[in-house]
Amino acid sequence: MSTAPVRRSGLQRDILNLYRECFRAAKLKPEANRPHFHAFIRMQFRKHSDVKQRDFSTIEYLLRTGKRQLKVYSAPSIEDVTV
Amino acid sequence: MKAPVAIARTFATEAPAKKTKTFQIYRWNPDQPAEKPKLQSYEVDMNNCGPMVLDAREGICGSCAMNIGGSNTLACICKIEVDNKPTKIYPLPHTYVIKDLVPDLTEFYAQYKSIEPFLKQKTPEPERENLQTIEDRKKLDGLYECILCACCSTSCPSYWWNSDQYLGPAVLMQAYRWMIDSRDQFGPERRQALQNPFSLYRCHTIMNCAKTCPKGLNPGLAIAQIKKEMALE
Repeated sequence: MSTAPVRRSGLQRDILNLYRECFRAAKLKPEANRPHFHAFIRMQFRKHSDVKQRDFSTIEYLLRTGKRQLKVYSAPSIEDVTV
Repeated sequence: MKAPVAIARTFATEAPAKKTKTFQIYRWNPDQPAEKPKLQSYEVDMNNCGPMVLDAREGICGSCAMNIGGSNTLACICKIEVDNKPTKIYPLPHTYVIKDLVPDLTEFYAQYKSIEPFLKQKTPEPERENLQTIEDRKKLDGLYECILCACCSTSCPSYWWNSDQYLGPAVLMQAYRWMIDSRDQFGPERRQALQNPFSLYRCHTIMNCAKTCPKGLNPGLAIAQIKKEMALE
């Protein structure tokens, strides 16, 4: 038996896409350091898990900063992060 | 020897009446993103502060561009109005705020980069300086003084609605500055790059840019010149 697919708002989809993109970017980092990046990404997202679901302006702001952070950390010159 | 006379004494006999002015300043802290931005009031003793909103009084770096009393200007060359009304200070309008009065100008700088703001030549590099006649140099007056404070671009309604595609007055004026430089040989190519409905033609001569420019420049005129040259090409 299959369950109906979860219906998500555009904003929710954007956040999930950003989350996926972050992990994809982490794949391009040296293998030994990847767990650091994974932990860092999770930490960055969990940090704001208390934001209210209807607080759109805050979520949009966090999404923008997240995208900018991803751009910075994607640079090949960055090979490791310390959490 | 006689001691120097204390001239300032006459001024000190009467303590000036305390004059305070209220400044309402936009505050927002990115560390608490769920908290809404607010206006915070500050009482400033007018007898004990400089004449400008920000006491640097140079107007040369463009870092203190903000919206003071409803218009974009540089805080360092904006005189404090001496009256009882509170002065409201906001960050540049229609920009993403990084913190308090600090706007995110990443997009603005990326657009500036896109017009290639440097000398480009087709002929091999000259052995010495690139010389220019006095008349040719004069053509750059009123253009080169721009400090890219973004006051004009963020005052332009067209830029508010299309900042992702329209380059905005500040960047277009710099584009024109390189087009008319007698030493630059890429004028036609520079104009060709603007040949689309958005980059340049979103300017509808609203002229907020010229009105607000703290350096007294006229980006609207520069844009009109580009349009004219493109029409004649």
